[in-house]
Amino acid sequence: MEFGILINEGPYTHQASDTAYNFAAAAIGKGHKIHRVFFYHDGVNNGTRLAEPPQDDRHIPKRWSEFAKNHNIDLVICVAAALRRGIKDENLAEGFRISGLGQLVESGIQADRLLVFGD
Amino acid sequence: MSEAINDVGESVETGESAAGKVKKFMFINRKSPYGTIYALESLEVVLISAAFDQDVSLAFFDDGVYQLVKGQKTQGIGIKNHSPTYRALDGYDIEKLYVEKESMELRGLTTEDLLVPVQQLSRGELSKLIDTQDVVLSF
Repeated sequence: MEFGILINEGPYTHQASDTAYNFAAAAIGKGHKIHRVFFYHDGVNNGTRLAEPPQDDRHIPKRWSEFAKNHNIDLVICVAAALRRGIKDENLAEGFRISGLGQLVESGIQADRLLVFGD
Repeated sequence: MSEAINDVGESVETGESAAGKVKKFMFINRKSPYGTIYALESLEVVLISAAFDQDVSLAFFDDGVYQLVKGQKTQGIGIKNHSPTYRALDGYDIEKLYVEKESMELRGLTTEDLLVPVQQLSRGELSKLIDTQDVVLSF
C-alpha cells in the first residue's frame, strides 16, 4: 500500500513527528511505499538544519534527512507555513524541499491512505 | 490541467497525474478560531483543494464550531479576522458544511449564530459521514 503522511506539529515539543517516523519506517520495513511526507503548521520546523539537540537525544531533522536518503522519500515543507516561521532554503535540512499546499492535496489524491499526525 | 493561485501568490499546477481523479475530502475543524493557528491554516488547505476539483466537505466539532460564529472582532488581540473567508467558500463550490449538534448545544449556539448556512448533524450521523470519505484531514 502507498501512504501519504501529514505532520502538523514541531519536533520535540510534540510526539507527532516521532510517531510519524516510526510509522513510516515500519511501513517501509513491511514493503509498503511512502508517497510523500508533508510538513504543515509547526511541523515545518522539522526541516531546519540549524537544530542541535543534546548528543544523547535523537536528532529529529537529521533522522528524516537520512530516512529520505536511504529510501528515496519525498519530504515536502509547506511554503506558506514555512515563510511564517522563518524556514527557508538557506536553513533547510538535506533531503527536504519547500513547495505548495497543492502537494498535500495531491498526496491525498494519489496515495491509498493519507495519515495525519498531530494534535 | 488547471491552475490556481495559492496564498503566497504562487501558481499551482494541479498536475495531469492528479487530474480526473476525484476523491471525497473532509476537513475536520476542532479548534477555536484564534488562540492557535489551526483554523486559519486549515482554511488555506481547503482553498487549495478547491483548485483540484475534489469533492470537499468541512465538519466542525468541539470549539471548532466557534470558527463559524458571526460578528468576530479581532482588533483587540491584533490578529487578522479570517472568518469572512468562510462566506467565500461557496464561490469555490464548497457548499457542504457540517456542524456537530452536540458541540453546538454544549456551547449554547444555534445555526442562526453562524456566518454561513450549515447542516447540523448528530455525532452519530457525522461519524457515518466520515466513514464514507476517502481522505480525512483533521486540524
